[in-house]
Amino acid sequence: MASASPAYTAAHTERTLITPEGVDLRLKLATAGQRAGAFILDFLLLIAILVVFSIVVVAAGLGTLGTGSVDGIEIVGVIWLLGFFLLRNFYFIAFEMGRRSATLGKRVMGLRVVARDGGRLTADAVIARNMMREIEIFLPLAFLGGGEGVDGVIALIGLVWAGLFLFFPLFNRDRLRAGDIIAGTWVVHAPRRKLAVDLASENHAEAGAFAFTDAQLDAYGEYELQTLENVLRSGNSGTEENVAATIRGKIGWDWSEGEDDRAFLSAYYSALSTRLERRMLFGNRRLDKFDSGEAQG
Amino acid sequence: MDSVANQAVFSSSTFRAEREADWARLEELLRRAEGGSVKRLSDEDLLELPVLYRSALSALSVARATSLDMALIAYLEGLCTRAYFFVYGVRTSFGQRAISFFTEDWPIAIRALWRETLVSIALMLAGTLAAYLLVSNDPNWFSAIIPGELAGDRGPDATTEALRATLYDDGGESPLGVFATYLFTHNSQVSIFAFALGFAFGVPTALLMVYNGAILGAMIALFTGNGLGFELGGWLLIHGSTELFAIALAGAAGLHIGTRIMFPGAQTRLAAARNAGRTAATAMIGVIVMLLFAGLLEGFGRQLITDDWTRYAIAALMITVWCTYFYIPRLDRGER
Repeated sequence: MASASPAYTAAHTERTLITPEGVDLRLKLATAGQRAGAFILDFLLLIAILVVFSIVVVAAGLGTLGTGSVDGIEIVGVIWLLGFFLLRNFYFIAFEMGRRSATLGKRVMGLRVVARDGGRLTADAVIARNMMREIEIFLPLAFLGGGEGVDGVIALIGLVWAGLFLFFPLFNRDRLRAGDIIAGTWVVHAPRRKLAVDLASENHAEAGAFAFTDAQLDAYGEYELQTLENVLRSGNSGTEENVAATIRGKIGWDWSEGEDDRAFLSAYYSALSTRLERRMLFGNRRLDKFDSGEAQG
Repeated sequence: MDSVANQAVFSSSTFRAEREADWARLEELLRRAEGGSVKRLSDEDLLELPVLYRSALSALSVARATSLDMALIAYLEGLCTRAYFFVYGVRTSFGQRAISFFTEDWPIAIRALWRETLVSIALMLAGTLAAYLLVSNDPNWFSAIIPGELAGDRGPDATTEALRATLYDDGGESPLGVFATYLFTHNSQVSIFAFALGFAFGVPTALLMVYNGAILGAMIALFTGNGLGFELGGWLLIHGSTELFAIALAGAAGLHIGTRIMFPGAQTRLAAARNAGRTAATAMIGVIVMLLFAGLLEGFGRQLITDDWTRYAIAALMITVWCTYFYIPRLDRGER
């Protein structure tokens, strides 16, 4: 029964962060997939920047070639070497030290780096977690590329060893990579959300057409209400049709000619949420349709 | 009738309708603040932001207790999280951070690593000694220790004259600036690598230190065998006093992480790893700064200054400066 509750499934990835005002922000840890997605985006972006940067620098170098001065070529060389070094080592650091504590890839995926103790994210932590990429990313890459004069078997053993660091986040509960461990950070999923429309007040005009009895509203609990909320928000008419049919069957509602599925669901959602929220105010919650009220407390 | 009933009873819809404008205002302020600098906010905005943040936070508490609208709660959690990190984040400018790094954080981090620094130097010396003895007895070891591209013209078969030339001839092929930059970026990458390898309980870092020493030892054996020991010293140490010290410190940073993960002492392993990692990271930024100096000395100084005694003088000056800066005790904040 408890496993059906959304609160339970969230508990795996939810972490407590209590603000000085005493409210738990309930941070959600980023999944391995989101982390990998963000990294791949950043990596592709880095390569793109590097290509553009190289083209610009080489073009500038060709411009000075005609003048026959050695200085021009020298400056171009210095700029390229420094630029490559800074990009490789400081792209992640510079972005994560910024106000949003996230690289561009992380922003796209809605992630941000957070100190595990809930305090501020310090520069040394950001530097520590990103310098670790040297063994997490570049070491496996080097073994993949196969260093010169390295035996195939040795390269394979090296790759497996380096893979340990790469896949480190999969082996622990908090999805920490090696860099997160030594920096005392973790990555949370905190996307910018738009305030969605209030479904309960959306269809007040049509709500009059539907009048549900208390018995009909008692058929479901909070879990089903929130499932219904997701159905309504995703707005897939096929799903809505199925869900509407199921609810009608369950509560014994007679389908009348021309009754719109979405209007029916909205009205039922509105009535059910009003009823459940009122019960909630009196400390009488109903978690799901199996909850008879006896098991509580 | 219906509307009166709705007003009389608390409902999550009216609760939301009353506060929606405040949330939108907070979101707008955060968007502007995160997009650019804090300067884009007026004084009124800055005063308003914490108030809006706290009211959003209290709305979140109320919503969790009274509303079953998951989208609303998720929105408020997201908004409060963003506002929390803005309100309680740091406001120190880059300049202030840089000043405190050079005046306090860097020397403190290096001093915290003193034990590992000694170990790291000892490992390098052991490597140097071993390679020196090996190459002195059998010159064939030289090519086994030193990779071909690093050796260049130097080798067991090279004449004394050719070896002498490598010490004083600037080659003239690659421009000095490019050479110095290459040395700086390459050495920095190696030192970051040594730091990161510390995570594997410090073992690869220790091996890297020994190997670094071995390269040194093989070179010394080759040149002293040809009676060029003193000249090699000047050639190596003009930048080496800074570079080798920096590499030893990078090794120390790696070893610090490795040993603290293995032996966390009274702390939990995670806490020990975190503290070690942050200290070591501060030291590493310092190492990169040192390698920048080393790169300039090696790229320009060594190619332009060919007098042995001047080279030695610069080497001694640099090591004195670094040791004074790191290890001379100074008043801490409390005593000032």
